[in-house]
Amino acid sequence: MKCEDVSKELIVYLDGRANPAERRDVAEHLASCAACRARAEEFRKVWSVLDEMPGQEPSLGFDARLRQRVADEPRPGWFQWFVPQPRLAFSVALLVALCVWVSRLPRDYSTTATLPSPVTEQQQFQVIENLGVLENYDVLSKFDALSELPGPAEPAQPKDETKPENSGGM
Amino acid sequence: MRVSYTVEAMARTDVQLMLDVKAGDTASFELLLQKYRTPLVNFLYRMVRDTATAEDLAQEVFLRIYRARKEYFAGAKFTTWLFRIATNLALNSIRDNRHQRMEVSLDAPAEEDEAPIQVAAREMRIDEHMIERDRAEFIRRTIAALPEKQRAAVLLHKYEEMDYGEIAKVLDCSESALKSLLFRAYETLRVELAPLMAQPVGNRAGEGRLQ
Repeated sequence: MKCEDVSKELIVYLDGRANPAERRDVAEHLASCAACRARAEEFRKVWSVLDEMPGQEPSLGFDARLRQRVADEPRPGWFQWFVPQPRLAFSVALLVALCVWVSRLPRDYSTTATLPSPVTEQQQFQVIENLGVLENYDVLSKFDALSELPGPAEPAQPKDETKPENSGGM
Repeated sequence: MRVSYTVEAMARTDVQLMLDVKAGDTASFELLLQKYRTPLVNFLYRMVRDTATAEDLAQEVFLRIYRARKEYFAGAKFTTWLFRIATNLALNSIRDNRHQRMEVSLDAPAEEDEAPIQVAAREMRIDEHMIERDRAEFIRRTIAALPEKQRAAVLLHKYEEMDYGEIAKVLDCSESALKSLLFRAYETLRVELAPLMAQPVGNRAGEGRLQ
């Protein structure tokens, strides 16, 4: 054990609170190191000198003053059940504020979730791409599904109904 | 009256007393007050070096303990809690005081007692006729000249005789850091108190545990 290692354990050794292993290591070092032995002896003297400092008694009015201050403290009563504790009050206020904030969010917020995505843009592009086919009368006249529609077949109607079909083909 | 308080307080542990306080028993708080007011005032006086401030801070410590009684749980050691509050209040008070003195010193020349404590301690006349009171004042000034955390560590170790784990909790540091802190503090005291150690007062050998 080196002197600098001993220095950290020296106080614990001298006040008798070192464990047996620490105690043995420090004792071995002290037996062979005169400088550390002298320092240890001076630490003992320091503690002896420190005992010379007298204590400070509290003043005579100390207890009475404290009793009065304690008596002035608000007493817990039955009504305190209705008085929220600061932490609880803060938590509840935070929860209420969160609920209000959530409830005040715009109702059509969900629409932002269905904003035009790359897929739908692609679908729209494909509709435009197939526009030539949809405007081809020969193709439309041979399209069996259109004949089952009630009323006169408007040119615009098949255009709308084919939209999901085209998208379904993707 | 005070003797009966002490006997009753010793018969019940601090934890039991504090749990009774928590349950609404103010008599148990009175027992804790009787048991710890002197060590607490002593500790605070040695920290802040002013009787009135030490008493004010001690009152504040007990009041905080009383106010926080509902939050006390049996696993917490009472003295650790007590001295932790006391140390924090003392450190805040020292810092506030130092800040105020710095503000004053900008406008007015420093008074004699505002000179650095260490210098004042060094300049004290040390001779064989030095009376007991002077020696005590010399020691007090030397301890007061230590950095605050080292000072608190020495006071809790030497005068309150707390174990290392408890002091470390009070000062919010590791036990290893505490050992270094104590070594540095005692090393400074060894050098500064050397004149007193060279001329010990024979009829005043301390009876403390650390000798």
